[in-house]
Amino acid sequence: MSEVLQAEREFTQHPIESLLRMDRMPHIWCPGCGIGTSVNCFARALLDSSLDLDKVAIVSGIGCTGRVAGYLRLDSFHATHGRAIPFATGLKLANPKLKVIVYSGDGDLIAIGGNHFIHAARRNMDLTVVCVNNFNYAMTGGQVAPTTPISAVATTAPYGSFEPAFNLPYLAESCGATYIARWTTFHVRQLAKCYAEALTRKGFVFIEVISPCPELFGRRNRLGSVIEMTKYFKEKSVVRNDAPTREVGIDFQGQIIVGKFLDQTRPTWSEAMHAQMHARLGDKFVPMEALA
Amino acid sequence: MHADSRGVLTGAHFLSGNEACCEGALAAGCRFAAGYPITPSTDIVERMAERLPLMGGTFIQMEDEIASSIAILGAVWAGQKAMTVTSGPGFSLMMEHIGLAAMTETPCVFINVQRGGPSTGLPTLPGQADLMQARWGSHGDYEIIALVPNSPQECFEMTIEAFNLAEKYRTPVMVMSDECVGHMTEKVIIPPAEEIEVTPRRYTSLPPGQYQAFQPEADLVPPMIKAGDGYRIHVTGLTHDERGYPVINAECQDRLVRRLVDKIRRNAQDIIAFEEFNTDDSDIVIVSFGITSRVAFRAMELARAEKLRVGLLRLKTVWPFPEQRIRELAGEVRSFVVAEMNLGQMVYEVERCAGGRAKTLLAPHAGGTVHSPQQILDVIREAAR
Repeated sequence: MSEVLQAEREFTQHPIESLLRMDRMPHIWCPGCGIGTSVNCFARALLDSSLDLDKVAIVSGIGCTGRVAGYLRLDSFHATHGRAIPFATGLKLANPKLKVIVYSGDGDLIAIGGNHFIHAARRNMDLTVVCVNNFNYAMTGGQVAPTTPISAVATTAPYGSFEPAFNLPYLAESCGATYIARWTTFHVRQLAKCYAEALTRKGFVFIEVISPCPELFGRRNRLGSVIEMTKYFKEKSVVRNDAPTREVGIDFQGQIIVGKFLDQTRPTWSEAMHAQMHARLGDKFVPMEALA
Repeated sequence: MHADSRGVLTGAHFLSGNEACCEGALAAGCRFAAGYPITPSTDIVERMAERLPLMGGTFIQMEDEIASSIAILGAVWAGQKAMTVTSGPGFSLMMEHIGLAAMTETPCVFINVQRGGPSTGLPTLPGQADLMQARWGSHGDYEIIALVPNSPQECFEMTIEAFNLAEKYRTPVMVMSDECVGHMTEKVIIPPAEEIEVTPRRYTSLPPGQYQAFQPEADLVPPMIKAGDGYRIHVTGLTHDERGYPVINAECQDRLVRRLVDKIRRNAQDIIAFEEFNTDDSDIVIVSFGITSRVAFRAMELARAEKLRVGLLRLKTVWPFPEQRIRELAGEVRSFVVAEMNLGQMVYEVERCAGGRAKTLLAPHAGGTVHSPQQILDVIREAAR
């Protein structure tokens, strides 16, 4: 390859192209959607990590963020609505050598998948769970979600939502997650760094990514274009590492507290299971890894 | 391929049907089970929880049947053989992932120890009313394989067969037991491992780059890979092409769904199993399965004592349905008597296949206990009139 061609190739090839299924482009996300930004940060972190990418699997549920798995050149699984976490649980337990990422949306993980989320956190299942929170069900046209702030309008809350929204980091912590962080799609460097660190952690790792949905949530609530929505993220976000998670709830167009809220260790499900089995069964216990 | 001796409890045992299902699964190579407690199936997962850690397997009690039924799919894509176990209400919750397993061609086993329904119904008492649910319960078009054991020995053998068929056709396979068969205790002979045939997973021999995850072979079944092998595949419940990529149009839908259906339909004769008693000289043939087939056998004996020429067709697979055999018999006999513990499910299949050439009568039972032989005999007498 000539130097010119080489230079052109470097110029025309996106840095994360090797991790994308380019034969699936263009993607389905709307202009201004933040999911792609989050994937960009994630892919850079993954490429910079020391992980063997052949041993990394990604699982998504249903919805806009549910399409992430399908665009990444990894072993990727597009599960049923809300069930990415229990699929990922089976995948991880049946081959403990895999690094398993769950990448899905707020409606998928927290509403229909809420039960699986809290139990996987309780078990400290060794999963990296990324939740892209755009405050609504976007794939189906902008319905109210358990993350929609009070007074925000959605197609199924046309007079404004009046249900309290979940504070996701607080939920994750109270259920037993061991690593919890939140960034917005404005904070691309911080988010990429956060992913990089999270990928080195074991146990139930939870990252919330606040993301603009200008086409549905934004338009219906007159929040302007993605520029205005990102400006809101920039102006109203406050970095508070180690903030008590009970204080990080998000009101409609209110302050967004971002940062790393929790980073601790406790035995994962598999570690606890091994310890218990060894204690009770001694040499009779045959771990799955022993036969691999 | 023969069973791995680690999972095989060779010898003569006194086992319940549920215990025998567990031993069948382990002999077949199942090394991952996920479940949620529900009567009358719980003793299967209890035994799995006890046995799996001793042989390199993992059991996890999930938060519900929805989670259990998809955790096993994850485990299969990680390379293990896996199953879940439930009854009535739990089976309803699992429908979502029976569909996902059919769509993603994930070989796995669902055991349903049937109880009386609908809804919470009769948790501790038998039913056979989930047969149509097994066939049609998840939305969309698909074909399914469902086996119906009538003894603990068959619980052992059919659970192995279920795993073998799942691997052969890359499809979910159901063992439709019932509370009676699950909780009756009988002699179960478990052969030496080298005498138990187990079907290994069909892995591709192609390297990454040449392999397409949903490119079928001549028998319409695509070979598999497992996550972590470097193939970087995509698996989705969306309608997908041979690469596994979503394609949302009628043409791809037709190609995919037709193949999913045809891989079972075209191989139906290889899958279907039944046994017959006295059908060669009968005017009336009882069609029955599971626990009811044992009562039907007694009813046949009583009818024969009354000089009625009665035979029994005992189904071992209900899905795919043995259409061809019913059609043949319809030309030879006057009537079918369908004895089942529900108010009419398989009778419609028999009637459809009989095509008016033989009368079809139902010996129904709402569940909660088995038929008495007399109840079936009464319908036989009616058929003989």
